[in-house]
Amino acid sequence: MKLKYILPIFVLALFNVACSTDDNDEFAPSTNETQGLNLIQELENDTHTVELYNKSGFFYTGYNEVSVRIKDKATNTYIENASLTWMPLMQMPTMQHSCPNSNPVKVNGKNTIYEGAIIYQMTNTDGSGWSLILNYTINNVDYVATSNITVLQHTNQNVASFMGNDDNRYIVAMIEPKNPIIGNNDLVVGVYKMETMMSFPVVENFMLTLDPRMPGMGNHSSPNNTNLTFNQTDNMYHANLSLTMTGYWVLNLKLINDNNVVVKGEDVTETNEQSSLYLEIEF
Amino acid sequence: MKKLLIILGLFYSAFSFSQDIVPSMEKDTTQLDEVIVISQRKLSNYRQEKTLSSVDDYLEKSNRVTMIKRGNYAWEPTLSNMTSERLNVTIDGMQIFGACTDKMDPITSYVDVSNLKKVSVASGQEGTEDGHCVGGAIDLQLPESKYYNFGLKSSVDLGYETNGNYKTAGLDLEYSGNKFYINVDGIFRKSDNYDAGNNQEVLYSQFQKYNVSLQSGYKLSENHELDANIIYDKATNVGYPALPMDVSLAEALITSLTHTFKNDSTFINSWETKLYFNTITHIMDDSQRPDVPIRMDMPGWSDTYGFYSKVKISEHKHNLLFNVNGFYNRSLAEMTMYPNNANQPLMFMYTWPDIRTWYSGVYAKDTYALNKTSNVSASVRFGVHNNSIGEKAGLESLQIFYPTLSDSKHRFLKTIAADYQFKKTAFDVTFGLGYGERAPSVSEGYGFFLFNSFDNFDYIGNPYLNNEKSIQTNVKTNYNLKRFKIGIESSYFYILDYIIGEIDPTLSAMTIGASGVKTYTGLNHASIFDVYLNTSYSISKKLLLNASLGYNYGQGSNDESLPLIKPFSYLAEVTYSTSTFNASLQLEGNGNQSRFSSFYGEDETPAYGVLNLNLGHVITLKSSKMVFKYGVENILDAQYSTYADWNNIPRQGRNFYVNASYVLF
Repeated sequence: MKLKYILPIFVLALFNVACSTDDNDEFAPSTNETQGLNLIQELENDTHTVELYNKSGFFYTGYNEVSVRIKDKATNTYIENASLTWMPLMQMPTMQHSCPNSNPVKVNGKNTIYEGAIIYQMTNTDGSGWSLILNYTINNVDYVATSNITVLQHTNQNVASFMGNDDNRYIVAMIEPKNPIIGNNDLVVGVYKMETMMSFPVVENFMLTLDPRMPGMGNHSSPNNTNLTFNQTDNMYHANLSLTMTGYWVLNLKLINDNNVVVKGEDVTETNEQSSLYLEIEF
Repeated sequence: MKKLLIILGLFYSAFSFSQDIVPSMEKDTTQLDEVIVISQRKLSNYRQEKTLSSVDDYLEKSNRVTMIKRGNYAWEPTLSNMTSERLNVTIDGMQIFGACTDKMDPITSYVDVSNLKKVSVASGQEGTEDGHCVGGAIDLQLPESKYYNFGLKSSVDLGYETNGNYKTAGLDLEYSGNKFYINVDGIFRKSDNYDAGNNQEVLYSQFQKYNVSLQSGYKLSENHELDANIIYDKATNVGYPALPMDVSLAEALITSLTHTFKNDSTFINSWETKLYFNTITHIMDDSQRPDVPIRMDMPGWSDTYGFYSKVKISEHKHNLLFNVNGFYNRSLAEMTMYPNNANQPLMFMYTWPDIRTWYSGVYAKDTYALNKTSNVSASVRFGVHNNSIGEKAGLESLQIFYPTLSDSKHRFLKTIAADYQFKKTAFDVTFGLGYGERAPSVSEGYGFFLFNSFDNFDYIGNPYLNNEKSIQTNVKTNYNLKRFKIGIESSYFYILDYIIGEIDPTLSAMTIGASGVKTYTGLNHASIFDVYLNTSYSISKKLLLNASLGYNYGQGSNDESLPLIKPFSYLAEVTYSTSTFNASLQLEGNGNQSRFSSFYGEDETPAYGVLNLNLGHVITLKSSKMVFKYGVENILDAQYSTYADWNNIPRQGRNFYVNASYVLF
């Protein structure tokens, strides 16, 4: 009696195992590795086509995770042993500057994908102005690919670039939550100092106070939020962000340096609806 | 054992005609002949009623019952100063739960008098036959099928009241054969805004509703019957002047299928098994209000599936009753707010995050006759109660407050009660003791930012609340001296882990304009006490005087008065009645609410008194009968509100009413 039910399951299981072995051996992942990702743009030089991917297929202001894949034009195969560095550049009327970023590195468990991140702190209204220079080395040979890129303005302020009281310029960018929930969210924020036009090191051991508010509803707050503290392992700031409902939230922040001095931002009070340092979430 | 089976209006009711005229709680005027005489005798003539009164109006006539009013519709019954979460309100033993997070739809609003045979009110642990409670039970009983072979009967009821231009119409058709019975009735009610005293219109107090029901029975054999009952109730455009929102729809479908076995000569005298299902949709909106800080929708749904099976056995001096029951309820409510800035996304939250409640329990009661004049009884109920959170987003929202909260919570509930009754013609006394527990309600356990306009706080549920426990004693005694009757009844509740909201100053209110946030906690203990003195004096066979005084007291272990405790109350009435005519003049009022609870957001309600005049007569024709009831309520057009009026909304001013019933045999 029971065999009737077990047998098909058994057969199904066998079949599945077979399939997955096939996958690993033959239809190897060249195409599958970009599954769920959309192509943003290709950078080309004489020898390679460099493909840039992320979930949306667009660059937006704020934090962008980028997956990179390099195709050898001659053999039509994807390079598995490159090392890469990149430099995003914003062309301003009188000068150039870059932005905080982390170079692409090979993703664990994938053969052809390199992943890095770029935090665009601004863009022109038409999305123009940014270019990307990608330097990479394959078998000790250096290559470069470069192209203008389009960076769209995100609807929310998910990155803030400002001059602190200490006369340093900082960039604060939201990294998580990507998909906020009604409930407790892990809030992850990157804080960078604009040392030069081209150098944006991580700011360590500062602190950010967090006060989420809903301006659309009496500017009420939510309970059990924590302040953002620095985490050595990923060089980012972490906090618990509780969101009691969907909608438009303003995360009011105060950046406090390691001497306990407020560098930027104010408390939200009856008279002051919003801190001058804030990030926005909509969901 | 005397279960306080009180027919709707046991204390006061319109029973002023001879016995074959409409006892006010009876379903309609046609059914007089079949009314069980015992019940009929229980009707007293303290008060006189309109034939077309709402269930709410009827309930209010009971001493211990007070209706909390948020408007002119869907009043919330309280029993012994306790509100719905402490009570077990059922329809014919069926569990049914309102779908509104703000208690705008008490169960009593989903049935109409036309659906009911009687209402039984049981105080404290005497009310645990159908479920656990602290304060008592209100069971709205449906009529049973009648196999009297009288053929077709019909009746029409019409009512009009000047205050609020309140119109009522009802139609009832009934067919009875030897093996088959069917009853169809419908009732429609519509009222505009009512006027308080001095012709002050109370805005947003309008309502409209209709109710249809179908009851059908089939006699399978001499001892076996099968009954089906369907009630559909739909209210639209209901205003709540005391609240910031109204209701655009309150809809209920209540269905049941019952099998009954009856045989006086077998060991088991009766065995009744019922399967039931009911579903409620309740939609709050504020589209009629011109000025609101933010527009919002608050729909809620409540579905309940359940069964019970009860057996009655009489053996020697024992009367045994067993009841096994179980139910499953889903309560879901959400809130969507529309930002004034249209570019911002909608704001959404689960206010009841799909809470599923499973309950199963057993009840047993034995009444033992000690001798001809006295008996003792004991009852127990045990039950297993489980709450689980169905909506993941709901669990995650509550984890903001309770980070380690799991999605399921078990509770074991126990109840035990005993009483002693002695009864002679001139004197009777009842003494009872009880212990009972209840689980927190969905709002108390899992509510998420529920705004309470009474104290102006947002409320957060607490899934970790202890069961509320009550130790209770009650005593009741009556003396009959020829024409004079005097009775005292009193009860005392000592409640442990009394569930009530407590301010959490660390939390920020969600609702615009709210004073803050309260979370539900258990007060160490609270005491609730009430005592009523009832007297009557017959001047002659036709002329009767009644008077009743009441005093209630409630205090928590934090030395604060409990909210919604009735102040000193009184009623005096003179009634004249013959077999075809009756008149009564009554004075009813409350003393000053001196022990109001400012701690829980109450203000002092001043004393009031109102004068009512009720008249009625009956005309019997050959094959039909006409019953008229008419009168004036609040004759002096007093402008007043009572302690139970939400946010002190004023009650109705002077009101002339007339009800006419035409009964065709």
